[in-house]
Amino acid sequence: MSKAILQLDALSCPACMQKIQGALEKQTGVENVKVLFNAAKVKTEFNGEQISADKLSDTITDLGYEVQSMKVKE
Amino acid sequence: MKFQRYINKHINQITLITAVLIGIGLLGSLLNFQLVYTGAFILASIISAVPILLRAISALRFKTISIELLVSIAVVGAFIIGEYNESAIVTFLFLFGTFLEDKTLAKTRHSIKDLTEMAPTTATVVSEDGETEETDVDFVDVGDVVLVKAGGQIPVDGKIVDGSGNLNEASITGESKLVTKDAGDSVYSGTILDNGTVKVEATKVGDDTTFGKIVELVEDAQDTKSPAEKFIDKFATYYTPAVLVIALVVGLISRDFRLAITVLVLGCPGALVIGAPVSNVAGIGNGAKNGVLIKGGEVMNTFANVDTLVFDKTGTLTEGKTAVTQFKNYAASEDSLAMAAAVEQHSDHPLANAVVKFAAGRNISPDKFTTDSVDTVKGRGVQASIKDQQVLIGNAAMMVDNHIQLSAQQQTDLKAIQKQGSSSVIIAVGNEVQVILGISDVIREGVAESLRQLKKIGIKKTVMLTGDNQATAEAVASQIGIDTVHAELLPEQKVTYVKKYQEQGHRVAFIGDGINDSPSIATADIGIAMGGGTDVAVETSDVVLMASKFEELVHAFGLAKKTVANTKENIVIAIGTVVLLLIGLMLGYIYMASGMFVHEASILVVIFNAMRLIKYHTKTAKLDPDQLSFEESELS
Repeated sequence: MSKAILQLDALSCPACMQKIQGALEKQTGVENVKVLFNAAKVKTEFNGEQISADKLSDTITDLGYEVQSMKVKE
Repeated sequence: MKFQRYINKHINQITLITAVLIGIGLLGSLLNFQLVYTGAFILASIISAVPILLRAISALRFKTISIELLVSIAVVGAFIIGEYNESAIVTFLFLFGTFLEDKTLAKTRHSIKDLTEMAPTTATVVSEDGETEETDVDFVDVGDVVLVKAGGQIPVDGKIVDGSGNLNEASITGESKLVTKDAGDSVYSGTILDNGTVKVEATKVGDDTTFGKIVELVEDAQDTKSPAEKFIDKFATYYTPAVLVIALVVGLISRDFRLAITVLVLGCPGALVIGAPVSNVAGIGNGAKNGVLIKGGEVMNTFANVDTLVFDKTGTLTEGKTAVTQFKNYAASEDSLAMAAAVEQHSDHPLANAVVKFAAGRNISPDKFTTDSVDTVKGRGVQASIKDQQVLIGNAAMMVDNHIQLSAQQQTDLKAIQKQGSSSVIIAVGNEVQVILGISDVIREGVAESLRQLKKIGIKKTVMLTGDNQATAEAVASQIGIDTVHAELLPEQKVTYVKKYQEQGHRVAFIGDGINDSPSIATADIGIAMGGGTDVAVETSDVVLMASKFEELVHAFGLAKKTVANTKENIVIAIGTVVLLLIGLMLGYIYMASGMFVHEASILVVIFNAMRLIKYHTKTAKLDPDQLSFEESELS
């Protein structure tokens, strides 16, 4: 199980949280998603064999949010 | 989706363009150019409605009826019936309001941002052949040795293996006083080496460091909702669709389309949704900056209602270190103290340690005398022989056993020492009492004053639990002003007392050092741990006082009370605004644009109100005059 922490641009609406959460949870291989609203961070656990960390980052970018940085732990 | 990102990125420009167009439109209206007036407002409406519509749609895809949806319907409605100026102004106000909201929200989140920005980014790793290399802090492993020079930041948790220096540990304890550290001492990631040069062997790196844990904890805490927030979240999920239905019903009954869309705008739950979380974010941020970690809104709420504080004695009310506090010398020289130090230096008994330390503090070397024999007498003390002289170091019973008489003066001194709750040690050389020492656990600085302040701001009862004997416990309690003492307890009995107070209907906070009292910390309504450093303390407790200071406890409790009050104020402001708007609507004073204006203003008012928490400090924590005037400012 890999772990990724993504730092986003500041989030302003609580609805953004649900959007990101929902979109990531739908991806196969994603086990656990936690969106920290105030810190604008996404913490997620995923199966590295089923989905890549870059794909996770792209999913968020596609929703319309900028990903500032990403840390991945195997 | 690309389009939405583009819009999101340029939202500020869109807001600005809308403002300019509205300006042109108003100018056109003033100069009676009907075409300019209408054209500018139509253009402004369309441009500014796009981002709002997009957000409404993307929220709908996740089955959420958002505020944006209410505004979108209202604006499109206004546009259809040709109220271009209303639609333009409403969308502009909404965008501009969101812009200001973001700016001010960022301020309330500032404390935590400051904290994360204090995180070290690079480290200078020393390889085995002595060469140094600068790397990203993420690449440092446990066991690596890093070099830190004056002015640099410690990049890992670890032990100093070489060198010494003064450290500013404000990022961990909130206290910027310099701490001197030498080889063998622990240092923490994120602290600053003020002067000196040290080599540190990493024991914890990255997110596992105390600093990393603190950041994670505060980030999580700011998102942990209070009961009020949870209620409002639930309320909002039904409220927003309800507004939609009400607007529809109003429209159907009154047959007034304009009234219906006005209801949509007025019903927006803006300030209500933002009011409670923003108070907590500001409050938790304030705590983090002052060495107080409060784990979320729920803890804040429970803590504010606590009326009974239960303290562990050793290590919490006291420093957990024994020291000589009274010294009565009846001989001409201090030789007997040197003898005692010589005898006690190999013992690890706390009282013996205190004697040796005390002698060292007076520059008395234990090497002045060599002991010929040392015998421990159980429950009494130590019997030794130095230069053929018998040296007795022990309690009063030991003197009685050896038929050594105490003078009247010595008797009085001994009684005085015992009355203060100190343990007494008598040193007799050659059957003559030469020194009486009073040894006690040092009470933490400022405890008595802090307890007084806590009583002032709402604590009704203070309790001390200890394994120590009754006399010592009572003496400590009377010195610092504790109400109730339960002494001679086993660790598991402490939990029983916490439970007992809870059963009596008290809301109990237990304050301990987190090492052996985790059961009590977990059982109490609020568990408070003194002292950062230990992981156990950080993890099991609800509140952590990083610098182990009692001022922090006062700050934490005051802050919790203030934050909860602030949340309530914000809810009152939010509901008050909606009620006022509805009254205004019924009386015919409020229309769409003015309604939106009042809404956005109320959102800013709640954020500004929460921002007062950022500056909260116990010293100025008397009654805040602002507190009484918030409703006036909201009305103006």
